[in-house]
Amino acid sequence: MTVALETIDLSKRFAGIVATSNVSFRIAKGARHALIGPNGAGKTTLINLLTGVQRPSSGRIMFDGEDISGFSTQKRVGLGIVRTFQINQLFGDLTPLETIGLAVSERRGQGLDWWRIVGSRHDLVTEVVEILERFHLSDVMNTRAGILPYGKQRLLEIALAIACRPRVLLLDEPAAGVPEDERHEILSAVASLPAEVTVLLIEHDMDIVFSFADRISVLVNGALFVEGKPEEVASDPRVRAVYLGEEFADA
Amino acid sequence: MIARSTIVAATERLAARARWHPLEFAFWISAFSAIYLMPSQHLILTEIAWLGLFALSLDLILGYAGIVSLGHAAFFGFGAYAAALLAKYEIINEPVLAMLAAGAGALMLGFVTSFLVLRGSDLARLMVTLGVALVLRELANRYGWLTGGADGLQGVTIRPLLGTFRFDMFGHTGYAYCLIVLFVLFLIARRLVNSPFGLSLLSVKGNPLRASAIGISVDARLVAIYTVAAGYAGIAGALLAQTTAFASLEVFSFDRSADLLLVLIIGGAGYLYGGLIGAIIFKFMQDYLSALTPQYWPFWIGLVLVTIVLVGRDRISSWTAPVRSLSVLMDWRTLRSSQVTRPPERTFQ
Repeated sequence: MTVALETIDLSKRFAGIVATSNVSFRIAKGARHALIGPNGAGKTTLINLLTGVQRPSSGRIMFDGEDISGFSTQKRVGLGIVRTFQINQLFGDLTPLETIGLAVSERRGQGLDWWRIVGSRHDLVTEVVEILERFHLSDVMNTRAGILPYGKQRLLEIALAIACRPRVLLLDEPAAGVPEDERHEILSAVASLPAEVTVLLIEHDMDIVFSFADRISVLVNGALFVEGKPEEVASDPRVRAVYLGEEFADA
Repeated sequence: MIARSTIVAATERLAARARWHPLEFAFWISAFSAIYLMPSQHLILTEIAWLGLFALSLDLILGYAGIVSLGHAAFFGFGAYAAALLAKYEIINEPVLAMLAAGAGALMLGFVTSFLVLRGSDLARLMVTLGVALVLRELANRYGWLTGGADGLQGVTIRPLLGTFRFDMFGHTGYAYCLIVLFVLFLIARRLVNSPFGLSLLSVKGNPLRASAIGISVDARLVAIYTVAAGYAGIAGALLAQTTAFASLEVFSFDRSADLLLVLIIGGAGYLYGGLIGAIIFKFMQDYLSALTPQYWPFWIGLVLVTIVLVGRDRISSWTAPVRSLSVLMDWRTLRSSQVTRPPERTFQ
């Protein structure tokens, strides 16, 4: 297997609390990898470490064989490590068209162009519209993100990450809070992500995890507890005991 | 397959931000025709022009990047003293070149001090910017041999513009000069805020967390716009010094920074014209009130400030709503497409 992203003995301690404890795991290139664990297991901290929002107390993060532990968030985005947020982090005053346009022009290194009017590059606009269509956002492309329906905001949240053309995409609970009747739109968007993009999915919903992932890591108390194929994880008695419990029995 | 019409619509919509509006033409035609039509008002119009430029500079950082400042007079004052000193010691005799040099100096000062406003809350930024202006004022006070100290810089003679146009006591040359400088800098600012860079500023202002998560270096963008705004403020200060042939410690004063914030809030932040409209209202109000009650006119200014803050940002943007809805009606291209994209209600935060 070719490794896309790897952590080696990664730890993060906040005053007295160990949020991440010696986590060593690998995400294969093109994988659909899920990261699960009960509340407070340290999933968000791990994402923050991978994206450079927080610096590890010890250990290393390797991307494509390069140690990126000290890289800034922007530099990691440039390499292709992009995330979405569990709670929408959008630009409320900008429309989806402007939002995606912004991300695409940043990715192309044209974000500092101050002499050129927005929208004056035909190929850029074409790409923006492609992304908007793919995420069913073209019909609302001129509505401010702040007043979009919640389901559309979740789609924009993912589309914005895709506009950065990620090589590794960290999806933090993409369907969180989305009402039942709008879920399928989000899930089909997630399912139809390009195959070459490596995806790490952080999710609570076991239906989503087991329908999507080809590999699952279970995080408990900041440490890697079990890792394996979905059926191995599902049948692991320890996982059933500590984490899945009733929820899994129902599934 | 993507519909061509969608791409065309998207292109048009993105470019719509930058499209010139009939009201904008009306604004600038009025301003330029005042050169011929309102010669008796040129002194106050000159003041409005440099104050408008100064407020435009604050709008760039407050309205577009969300940086609050109570010390923007630091750059204004620096530009004023630089222009006055360049003229007094005959270092650069041509006023346009001296103005550009003063602006460049303020630009550099802005770059150096921009790193102080990167971190921290709005309150921290207010204090830091206030502090920088105080420090500069006291430096100018301390080095009186250079700046004239508390008496101000006396004996400044401004040479004719481009070697031809003499500054007169009625402000005729001064107004035309300030207006042209304002217009050119306005055009550049207008281009800048409607560019991908301008869009990224709005994203940094709206959500710095997400901006960095899509690869934008938030700090670098803030440094860039703060630096540009400082240059603009420096040029505004230079225009004051050149049209009055004088610079005093008052250019750095806290009152000046605070009045500037008031000017921008009267006009509304985040659409570039707010500073200009605010400057017109502020100066004419000041002129009218001070004629009415020479001693107590700040009372009325204060009352206006309290009213504006109490009424709040939502209703302030609704004051300008009639103007904006009129402008929407006048723009048939906007009518043809569905709805208004971005109401320019980025006022006081």
